[in-house]
Amino acid sequence: MRTLIQPRHRSMLVFLACLALFTIGVTIAAQLGLVSTSFVKTLGKTLCLCLAALAMDLIWGYAGILSLGHMAFFALGGYMIGMWLMYARTAEIVIASLANGGLPATPEEISQGIATQIFGVVGASDLPAVWGFAYSLPLQLLLVVVVPGVLALVFGWLAFRSRVTGVYLSILTQAMTLALALYLFQNDSGLRGNNGLSGLQNIPGMDAVGQDRISLWFFWVSALSLALVYVGLHSIVAGKFGSVIRAIRDDEARVRFLGYSVEGYKLFIFVLTAVITAFAGALYYPQAGIINPAELAPIASIYLAVWVAIGGRGRLYGAVIGAAVVSLLSSWFTGGRVPSVPLGFATINWVDWWQVLLGLTFVSVTLFAPKGIGGVFDRLAGLQSPDRKGAPLGPDDGALQEKEAQQ
Amino acid sequence: MTALLEVSGVSVSFDGFRAINNLTFAIGSAELRAIIGPNGAGKSTFMDIVTGKTRPDSGTVTFGEKPVSLLTLSEAQIARAGIGRKFQRPTVFEDQTVAENLTLALKAARSPWRVLFWRGTSADSDRIGALAREVGLADHLQRKAGELSHGQKQWLEIAMLLAQEPRLLLVDEPAAGMTLAERERTTELLVGIARTRAVVVVEHDMDFVRRLNCRVTVLHEGAVLAEGSLDHVTKNQTVIDVYLGRG
Repeated sequence: MRTLIQPRHRSMLVFLACLALFTIGVTIAAQLGLVSTSFVKTLGKTLCLCLAALAMDLIWGYAGILSLGHMAFFALGGYMIGMWLMYARTAEIVIASLANGGLPATPEEISQGIATQIFGVVGASDLPAVWGFAYSLPLQLLLVVVVPGVLALVFGWLAFRSRVTGVYLSILTQAMTLALALYLFQNDSGLRGNNGLSGLQNIPGMDAVGQDRISLWFFWVSALSLALVYVGLHSIVAGKFGSVIRAIRDDEARVRFLGYSVEGYKLFIFVLTAVITAFAGALYYPQAGIINPAELAPIASIYLAVWVAIGGRGRLYGAVIGAAVVSLLSSWFTGGRVPSVPLGFATINWVDWWQVLLGLTFVSVTLFAPKGIGGVFDRLAGLQSPDRKGAPLGPDDGALQEKEAQQ
Repeated sequence: MTALLEVSGVSVSFDGFRAINNLTFAIGSAELRAIIGPNGAGKSTFMDIVTGKTRPDSGTVTFGEKPVSLLTLSEAQIARAGIGRKFQRPTVFEDQTVAENLTLALKAARSPWRVLFWRGTSADSDRIGALAREVGLADHLQRKAGELSHGQKQWLEIAMLLAQEPRLLLVDEPAAGMTLAERERTTELLVGIARTRAVVVVEHDMDFVRRLNCRVTVLHEGAVLAEGSLDHVTKNQTVIDVYLGRG
């Protein structure tokens, strides 16, 4: 307990307290009917995006690897859980409708029925091999971790082994998510092409429970996951491991001469963050209800980096704040309820202009307030940037910049 | 005396330029050696080869009692085998405290899993305290390394090297940018270190080399030109011609 109240753990305790208050507040508001079910879902989804942003902050803010492909893992996690949700839900419907026929349905009839229901939309009537485990929740949950983990392992091994760094690595990760998106767009990828998976908000076996209850459950699980991952990542970055990856961010050649296998650490971080992001995706898509290959578009991963930048990279709470603020603002602006601004010669319609505003914010944050929103908290805590006459804290591309550092 | 590090017949060329030309060099397990030579003599390339940064075109580099070839090992493996390197400009992790810098360097398991579950013992913090005292940074353990003066950074880096407990230290121009008092202190440190391990110092400054009072190897055009005491090599006519004569 004594170690917990050390100053270096203070930010974590404050964060956990805020998250707990927020969760309790939203729960009470939902019970009293003050917030709609869809808004609870939006908040639950936002917490999942915060979870993904935490992973992004670990890999970019702490290890200096600007991966612009992490939303591919997010979507893959969603696809993996979506397959079970869709299969089990369809199985319920098929069994129920076959039961009306009088005779008990044979297993063949049931599986044929499921295949036709799910794949009729792309003109197929057989379940592809990738759906082999979709009948089982535990196996599909395992795949949530294993599929993105193995993809990250193979991709990371190839990239880091060749010592690809900086902007080239970013481009490579963009190519990865784009290639995966294009593959999933094909009907014969086995995941319903551009239709994606839908009806994911209907949890099998819970027809009797209303969406208002389910949305709250998912909200709680999302909040709990965010808290647990935050604590886990905080203990990683506060310890010697965090010291090593921050050293890699600032000067990886020097870390090599200390005897650390830089490539091994990068691969470890890449896989770990991929798995966290995939887990976040597996929580997100049952709340969103639908997933399609557009979710893997390169822009999605760029947004992730923008959130972390606006929140302030290299601070875990910064990533969470950035993701929460920007994605909530984004759903507010694009929800169509923000009044347009008539300028006489033109009208600013926020659904269209939100992107421009976001872009301008990103550029201004990068130029004028590199600490992002997290910098406000630094100021409150009396933390200042060191005076280095503009010199970054290390020679590498991803090294912390003077204005991002704490004295 | 058996050699700790043996470099023999090593050549390397960059884009046609022969940076190292059939270089042969050996150092014992507790020896201080200075390497001098004009710019472009191959001093830095020599260090790059030993630490695995540059792969030679031909020749062998072996290390240890049961000689292991360093040519197939990565930089990190060579560092773990017991070769530490100090760069000319101080390279410490400026965003981290002196204590964190030393913890990073402290001899311990280096694999990600082991580091993840690493917890410092009181022996570790004692060791860090002792190292910091040795280089005069005991009062600065909680300061960020970026705030230290140039000389203090140099010493922090030397302390980090010691924390690694290497058997061979390669030190590139340790006295550059230091005041006279700092130089004296550095000399003492290096001489002390060389009692238990091998130390190779690359240096331009003749006064500093004289103070080290050790065997000197003169490099020129990527090969050894002369070797012996400083007085011996400075009397050598070819050395005077190619190096000292110009200065």
